[in-house]
Amino acid sequence: MKVFITSMLTIDLDSERWECGSCGHDIGNARDNYKKGLLVRDRDPSEIHAPILDAEKYDFTFAPDADWCRILEYCCPNCGHLAEVEYLPPGHPPAHDIDLDIDALKAQWAKREPLSAPVLGPDFVAPPHSH
Amino acid sequence: MGDDMDIGGAPSSAVQDFLKETSLYLAPDPEIMNNHGLEPRTAYEDQCIGKEGDPVRLEIVRERILAGVNESYEMLENMGAAPGAKWGDCVSAVYTASGDLSLASSGGVVIFCNLVQYPIKFVNKYWSGDPTVGINEGDVFIVNDARYGQAHNTDQSMMMPVFHEGRIIAWAGATVHEGENGAIEPGGMPSLAEQIWDEGLKMSPFKVAENYKLRRDLVTFLQNSVREPKLQYADMKVKMYVCRRIETRIHEAIAEYGVEAVVAALRMNLEDTDAEVRRRLLEWPDGTTRHAWWTDGTLRENVQIKINLELTKKGDELTFDYRGSSPEFTNRSNNSLDITVKGMLAQLFLTFIWPDIPRNQGVLAPMKFVFDTPSVLKPSFGTPNAQSMMTVFTAWSAGQVCAMKFLYSNPNKYTRVLAPWFNMINTFLFGGLTQHGEMVGNVCADINGMGGGALADRDGEHGCSPIFATMSDIGEQEFIEEEMPFIQIVSKKMMRDNQGFGRQRGGMGYQMVLAMRDSPAFGFMLTAMGAKFPNIPGLFGGYGCPTYPLARVSGVDVFEILKTDPGSFRYSIEELMNDRPFKDAKYSTHPMTLGYTLASRGELYMISQGTGGGFGDPLDRKPEDVIRDLDEDLITHDVAWRVYRVVYDNETLHVDEQATEEAREIMRRERIAKSKPFDAFCKEWVKDKPNGKVPYYGSWDDRSMVHTGSPDTLQPAAQINPPVVMAHPLQVKIDRLEAELAACRKQQG
Repeated sequence: MKVFITSMLTIDLDSERWECGSCGHDIGNARDNYKKGLLVRDRDPSEIHAPILDAEKYDFTFAPDADWCRILEYCCPNCGHLAEVEYLPPGHPPAHDIDLDIDALKAQWAKREPLSAPVLGPDFVAPPHSH
Repeated sequence: MGDDMDIGGAPSSAVQDFLKETSLYLAPDPEIMNNHGLEPRTAYEDQCIGKEGDPVRLEIVRERILAGVNESYEMLENMGAAPGAKWGDCVSAVYTASGDLSLASSGGVVIFCNLVQYPIKFVNKYWSGDPTVGINEGDVFIVNDARYGQAHNTDQSMMMPVFHEGRIIAWAGATVHEGENGAIEPGGMPSLAEQIWDEGLKMSPFKVAENYKLRRDLVTFLQNSVREPKLQYADMKVKMYVCRRIETRIHEAIAEYGVEAVVAALRMNLEDTDAEVRRRLLEWPDGTTRHAWWTDGTLRENVQIKINLELTKKGDELTFDYRGSSPEFTNRSNNSLDITVKGMLAQLFLTFIWPDIPRNQGVLAPMKFVFDTPSVLKPSFGTPNAQSMMTVFTAWSAGQVCAMKFLYSNPNKYTRVLAPWFNMINTFLFGGLTQHGEMVGNVCADINGMGGGALADRDGEHGCSPIFATMSDIGEQEFIEEEMPFIQIVSKKMMRDNQGFGRQRGGMGYQMVLAMRDSPAFGFMLTAMGAKFPNIPGLFGGYGCPTYPLARVSGVDVFEILKTDPGSFRYSIEELMNDRPFKDAKYSTHPMTLGYTLASRGELYMISQGTGGGFGDPLDRKPEDVIRDLDEDLITHDVAWRVYRVVYDNETLHVDEQATEEAREIMRRERIAKSKPFDAFCKEWVKDKPNGKVPYYGSWDDRSMVHTGSPDTLQPAAQINPPVVMAHPLQVKIDRLEAELAACRKQQG
């Protein structure tokens, strides 16, 4: 049974493995940090949030300061889809951000029906128009 | 449940009695302030529930009282004189006799009323039995000191006991972000506050009305302490009559259903909410999610301040552990009280995660909170907190990210998973003499224009609402200009490329280009983080917001230019700053931390509201959605290619689907080629301390040890000695200039 943990990461409860939500590539042990099975790239933040004001003329340009902030991009080694983006001060250890109790997860889902797609939740329904 | 985990045992009753009789000063009571949970059910509540236990009948009574509270909220919003009241930065509510928040108005700011439980409990504990004070029918109490229970000192709450046959059976409360409060800077949110006494009014809970009449001697004292005496008086009257309307509606409900039904409904509303929240938490996976974020200043200087969160869910309980966050800044106003963090998180659950849950404090009953004490999120008693938003909003966003990482897999959702909402107060504060000759000091309603986060299947909403009040208004600019001597020449116009990129993009923020006119003395200030380090991230592969500067054009009167050469004006920050259309004007950018500054007629002050975070990989965004943003001038061709990799005809905007997919596949392959496996990457990337280019506060890799400004000052969290005391920025500048001068003199011999 597969559980959709994020829009780009699933856990196969039977094999206890993280998988890419896009291509199904095996990412690693579900009891470990999923990031260990992904590829990482350090980006200068202005490559993403480019200056809107002329960087030749101004100190503050809408682009983050690279001495303060770097952007780590985590992608699937097979299909290249982004699974996570992390903003950090230069050199700061990345977070083990999702650390689930797999035994509890298996027990929880033993009582649930398997899903073929993530449940997005209730949609917004506009109230009826009236005067 | 409810007590903080870092609080020791209570003293014995004999010691308590001795202290009560001999206390020289009744400071905020730790027993009250450290308990965010429900008060024990009283014997009378138990008796009422025994008589009135039918949940259907209690629901009818609850809805009846809620209708009265909502009516009172309409009064507050329509009659309130403060700008904050007019635009929804207010709330009204009903509390149990013990002081627990049971029913908040459907609109308004939940955190405000969540925190009013504390002053009510203070009044119950200290003033009810005090012969010099007492609590009688028709009394009204007032409070604004955050340490007794407010979000920050710029808010004022009034509280009225509701009696039935001589017994207090409930409390009514009303809170407004009043703005002006006599602080060292106008507007009620002073960045310059270095001591708590710089923060203006410090109202501990006290009685300000008897027999439903305000005491003019006390009102006069309060008016005499602030810059807007008319506002102070007007809104005290409004809040008192809002409380009175709630009292009337409760009395009517008692007349129709009986007092037992009313008391039981208020109590069971709390207990049922607690039970339902626990049931819903059981649906979440067990485990821990972690998220750290950094704010980039104190409002006086740019420094890197860590907010660290580890959120653990086990069974039906949730624990927010903020240890490892920055130490407190003992002479800066950016510290947040722990009650403010808790109140904001109540808002997170009641509006962004379970919006169908009754708005009361039962939502926090199954939750625990852990802080380093003292720290920037739980400072010492004497530490300023007037600008708590600078850290509490980051703490809130960390909670939002952590919660969403639990929620996505849950098949039983009550709303949708959401990328982070923009979280900073990118708005102008103002103060001075108006064109009508009145002294004012307050905040623009653009504070409410924060961009919404993206959803899994829908883009975020532009300029939607603030994180603290999902139903609020950004105000009518023309209405504001009738009262204030400044004009937004560019108003509510989206800032191009100010986007949280993603498969679904964040809701964008708009730009504000202000200029003062028609006043001999009027100024602006700004109190926002995020000029160097962005304020929010994205989610699941989406990006966060960019950074936001203050842009200024000085040495110019644009009103004269608009008369003589209107064609030279540019209607965006980007064009005004990059084209520099006004000869001889001075163009500059700054962090959005402007201290109160008197403005000259016609010079430009320009900022942008922020964007919500993006959701998912931008390369998965539908090309037609990218083209729509391009067509609406929300993004440039550069972003359409550099971020979204869409190939189209520049004139017709017709998409080449195949070329787009090929370009995107090439970009994905480039990602793989330029990336490294995590472990190999970390060997190069991870350093054992901050790089020293930026003053750093908070933990690095070990949350029990925190830095206090430099890579080499590492101390045990909550045991910082000496405490963090920042130098006056002007003194820092003088020292630097004197050093330069000395060096020059030495060079000259």
